[in-house]
Amino acid sequence: MTSELPAEPSYDEMLEPDGTVRPAYEGYRRWLEAQPAGHLRRKGVEAEAFFRRTGITFNVYGAADAEERLIPFDPVPRIITATQWRKLSRGIDQRVRAINAFLHDLYHRQEIVRAGRVPERLLRDNAAYLPQMAGFTPPGGVYTHIVGIDLVRTGEDDFMVLEDNARTPSGVSYMLENRETMMAMFPELFTRVRVREVSDYPRRLARSLAACAPAAFAGDKPTVAVLTPGIYNSAYFEHAFLADQMGAELVEGSDLKVEGGRVAMRTTRGWQPVDVIYRRVDDDFLDPLSFNPSSVLGVAGIMDVYRAGGITIANAPGTGISDDKAIYSFMPEIVEFYTGEKPILPNVPTWRCSEPDALAYVLDNLADLVVKEVHGSGGYGMLIGPTSSKREIAAFSAKLRARPDNYIAQPTLSLSTVPIFTRAGLAPRHVDLRPFVLVSPHGIDITPGGLTRVALKKGSLVVNSSQGGGTKDSWVLDD
Amino acid sequence: MRLSIDHATTYQFAGPVRQGLQRLRLTPATARGQTVIAWDIACDGAVVEVGFDDEYGNRVTLVSLTPGAEAVTIRAQGLVETRDEAGVTGRHAGYLPLWHFARETALTAPGVGVGALIAGLAEGAAHDRLATLHVLSDRVAAAVTYAPGHTDVATTAEAALSAGRGVCQDQAHVLIAAARALGIPARYVSGYLLIDGRETQEAGHGWAEGHVDGLGWVGFDVANAICPDDRYVRLAVGRDYLDAAPVKGLTTAVSPKDRTAAARDRMAIALSVTAVSGA
Repeated sequence: MTSELPAEPSYDEMLEPDGTVRPAYEGYRRWLEAQPAGHLRRKGVEAEAFFRRTGITFNVYGAADAEERLIPFDPVPRIITATQWRKLSRGIDQRVRAINAFLHDLYHRQEIVRAGRVPERLLRDNAAYLPQMAGFTPPGGVYTHIVGIDLVRTGEDDFMVLEDNARTPSGVSYMLENRETMMAMFPELFTRVRVREVSDYPRRLARSLAACAPAAFAGDKPTVAVLTPGIYNSAYFEHAFLADQMGAELVEGSDLKVEGGRVAMRTTRGWQPVDVIYRRVDDDFLDPLSFNPSSVLGVAGIMDVYRAGGITIANAPGTGISDDKAIYSFMPEIVEFYTGEKPILPNVPTWRCSEPDALAYVLDNLADLVVKEVHGSGGYGMLIGPTSSKREIAAFSAKLRARPDNYIAQPTLSLSTVPIFTRAGLAPRHVDLRPFVLVSPHGIDITPGGLTRVALKKGSLVVNSSQGGGTKDSWVLDD
Repeated sequence: MRLSIDHATTYQFAGPVRQGLQRLRLTPATARGQTVIAWDIACDGAVVEVGFDDEYGNRVTLVSLTPGAEAVTIRAQGLVETRDEAGVTGRHAGYLPLWHFARETALTAPGVGVGALIAGLAEGAAHDRLATLHVLSDRVAAAVTYAPGHTDVATTAEAALSAGRGVCQDQAHVLIAAARALGIPARYVSGYLLIDGRETQEAGHGWAEGHVDGLGWVGFDVANAICPDDRYVRLAVGRDYLDAAPVKGLTTAVSPKDRTAAARDRMAIALSVTAVSGA
């Protein structure tokens, strides 16, 4: 019951239906065909050793033994042409501008609600809307310093936004390590095919964060720190990696305190003020004086220092309201409202189960739909109709009836495929793409490429690493 | 009327503190019905870190305790000129929408007690909020008798209703919970009250405000069965006491293992509110 491909054939990013190679992959295919048999397989083994050495691991929540494991890496790159990327970039730029304008509006006059374009109910009943942010503009007016927009593709020019990850998107370390691995394994390939660089992401991140320094910053160079919940967090490796690559301090809540009107960190030279904190701690745990009082992961009083202009928090607290799945369905209206333009990147069609007609349709068509929790992430708590048993569907149907407003539904998209390397040779597998976007007062900076996640099981549409997905290096070709 | 206020809060800790913060909402703002002539906060055993205006428009001062201090005293003093506005404090301002004040909070979540209290008022609430709030205020006074010592800062509106007694804060929470259950936005106000013939008081005061279209926010002091007049000074507002508390603290005891030590802190308040002759 797990490997039923949707009836509609998927768009193969490498091959035309008649088997000819698409332009994006021409250079790669020429190189590949020149490789001796068994070369790629040996390289696959090398790649695994490489990853073990660099230590990229990922904790999977809910796994019985909760052990760290490697995310499988596939050595066949996912390739996007310069032309496709230009269009994608424009769409991403537009969407991210809209998200920031939306957040500023939600925490100020709420014009979009007054205009009747987004229902008040979505904010009123939403825990991601933080009253503590009302009336406050973060330094530089930036809410989402780092965004990871999940895109899916269904045709040559058909990219759609699946999710706007505007809180604390993870995965960028895989983007970087995947490229490094590819370059180490196939150095000659990169002399044959001109691929745009991603390795300067940490430098761009550091620069983008520094450009958002708060009013209280005085000096030559803002001090940036990465706040991690600690070694038990599933993305701890990434936190440490990014801090190291940026030349920033990696800190935990216990390394920080309010002192001298600033947030200060413990260093070998005593307590030193932090200007910008790239926090990988959820809103609720950020400040026990403002949010969850039992949190020991955050910094007491950081919200006071923040509102007083003493620190920049990236991403801003309360950005979760913009990537909420119920809000998602309004993104086309949101983009139009703030940019005055039609959305360049469409949404995946979405039924809001809070609406009776939509709910009725969803209940009747559960076997064909993907149903997601409004506040869920990481592929947990969702139903994938086509791969679920009758019993699973019945059980989910009961949950859906009990709390319809907790769910949205989408069609099972026939996601595009890119080949992976298997024992039997190349075989197509479904992929998505998470480009990483940096926002500062200087503008929006999109790293060419991103993280391609690939469902390793034949026919599977679930690409989440927590659900057995793998990753690929993602190439944007240079002109 | 010109009111002179001297409000000292002292925390006596179980031992020397290692680290601690107090978030103060102890600065009244000039607004309809009150003009702040002079105001000052002084700390002993703590230093001011930052000040800012919060989402409700309250002036907040964050102070950190001096490591090793065994006690901290925060003293707010000043002069406020007040005017009787029959409880009306004016139209809603700020960026928090009114619906935010109609959402329940943990302290004001309605249950059977609130349900009984609002019985028969739904229709009136839809037509005449002001009259409904007056009726509610009377009902709360009858349902929760003023009696100190039976409730604390964590007592919910429902708990106060089932106990049948409480202090001004409990009565305000019950009124807020009931108003919201009827769809009326309501908020908590912390502040001061001039009490005739009593120069020193043991605690600050708290009451409720309900939102009435046309009038804006209107205060109701259940404890004194009155809409606030020129004997009242407003310090801070919020959805409930937790948002508007004059002092909210977080202390790490001398030994981090002994977190309960902080819980044994003793707090004492010395408050005087007196009428003085104006300039």
